[in-house]
Amino acid sequence: MREVCDLVVVGAGPGGLAAACRAAEAGLDVLVLDAQPEPGGQVWRGEARQGSNRLARRWLTRFSASGARFRPGARVIAAPEPGVLLVEEGPSSFAVRYGRAVLATGARERFLPFPGWTLPGVLGVSGLQVLVKDGLPIRGKRVVLAGTGPLLLAAAATIHSHGGEVLYIAEQASAASHWGFALQLWRQPAKLLQGALMSAKLVSVPTSTDAWVTAAEGERRLEAVRLSVRGREEHLHCDYLGAAYGLVPNLEVARLLGCETTSGAVVVDDRLQTRVPKVHAVGELLGIGGVDQALVTGELAGLVAAEQPVPLALERSWHRVRTFAAQLARHDAPRAELLRLATPDTLLCRCEDVPMSALEGCQNLREARLYARLGMGACQGRTCGTAAQTLFGWTGEDVRPPCLPARIGSLRLPSDVSSTPTRES
Amino acid sequence: MREPALKNASVVTLRINGREVTVPVGTSVAAALAMTDSFVSRADLSGRPRGPLCGMGVCFECRATIDGVPEVLMCLTPCREDQTVVTDA
Repeated sequence: MREVCDLVVVGAGPGGLAAACRAAEAGLDVLVLDAQPEPGGQVWRGEARQGSNRLARRWLTRFSASGARFRPGARVIAAPEPGVLLVEEGPSSFAVRYGRAVLATGARERFLPFPGWTLPGVLGVSGLQVLVKDGLPIRGKRVVLAGTGPLLLAAAATIHSHGGEVLYIAEQASAASHWGFALQLWRQPAKLLQGALMSAKLVSVPTSTDAWVTAAEGERRLEAVRLSVRGREEHLHCDYLGAAYGLVPNLEVARLLGCETTSGAVVVDDRLQTRVPKVHAVGELLGIGGVDQALVTGELAGLVAAEQPVPLALERSWHRVRTFAAQLARHDAPRAELLRLATPDTLLCRCEDVPMSALEGCQNLREARLYARLGMGACQGRTCGTAAQTLFGWTGEDVRPPCLPARIGSLRLPSDVSSTPTRES
Repeated sequence: MREPALKNASVVTLRINGREVTVPVGTSVAAALAMTDSFVSRADLSGRPRGPLCGMGVCFECRATIDGVPEVLMCLTPCREDQTVVTDA
């Protein structure tokens, strides 16, 4: 089976939706692929079903009216030649032949290992938040959150509004860095207001800067956590722990296509084109910047893909959101103490059960993979590779196909795709 | 099965490791797993329990056999009527 389109958009979060809307409204045949069952990405998860976020509602409505085609549950696994993607969808697969591509694969949480982080009940900060949005019963459950930046408050607000009892919010950033960041937000009135509204709802929740989780404890699942709070230790019994330290871009598909990356972000020109012709990157792939950056860059890339003029106001917005992204990166950078929490027995690679001690003598990710099986499991190093890069300063490796576990049949290129058909227009 | 209010909403009933779970439409299988006795999705190489971690299809901790298809991620799968979920935990 195959699909032909003018523009393929990989990822249906805000960036992908904005790109798809702009391009489809300009007359392009647009195909949007996403691994989730609904559009909206992680930040607007569940909004397609029960919209409470007005911005999400507006974009999702615009998207369904745009004429762009949406394929849910679709995962890009390989890019066998320029202009072709192989995609797995449930138990079947198909090939996509595209004229241009917009990569909008978003971000994932940065996990750092600590004793007990493999216990059931220990999740990411946003990981726990999305499960609650997806129906995880949280009413009356005791929750501790440990991480950094605006995501912590967003997760706490969601858990609180679903009846969960947030016992503690531990922000790893120092007080100076945290409040310095907050004060910078006067340049971003909307964000300041968002933050203030979330804080107001959470006014009764103990929160501290210079605080992080040092260990999770329990037999078959999480029972308690140990926290370091401004130098003293706290011990709290709880049902769930959300612990992760900011976001990192999902670079796998970009790397698979051969896009150049630097400092953990895709390199683009002022038209958001990557070093690979006709392939654009938007949103978190450019460096973590949140919804505003995703929408602005998505719109820009969609207009460029459709060869439409770019309004000056959109260019200006992009430069403004870049400033916010740079501030966020400084605030969210994990502090040194977080890199020393794991003991020799603590697992770093959760798929292959590789403990920290097995990495002694390894100099880079390649050696860690060859000698210790780090990153050789089902997630292909998405969790441990990112952690190892943060812990040891190692650089990311090239991505080889398939970039997700796939059935062997999905890697076969359908014969009608390997020729060079052009879309009859 | 948990809150009487759910009876009025539209719900689906699925089986997770042989146990019936009734959830509101729109609930993910990973979220429904928390309504069973344990929040365990698999066992690691030493037999220790693991549960969902990332919720976003990244970590693969929540993979399970769903309606006979192996290695499906519970966090990306909505619950459906008569669905059968088997974990290797």
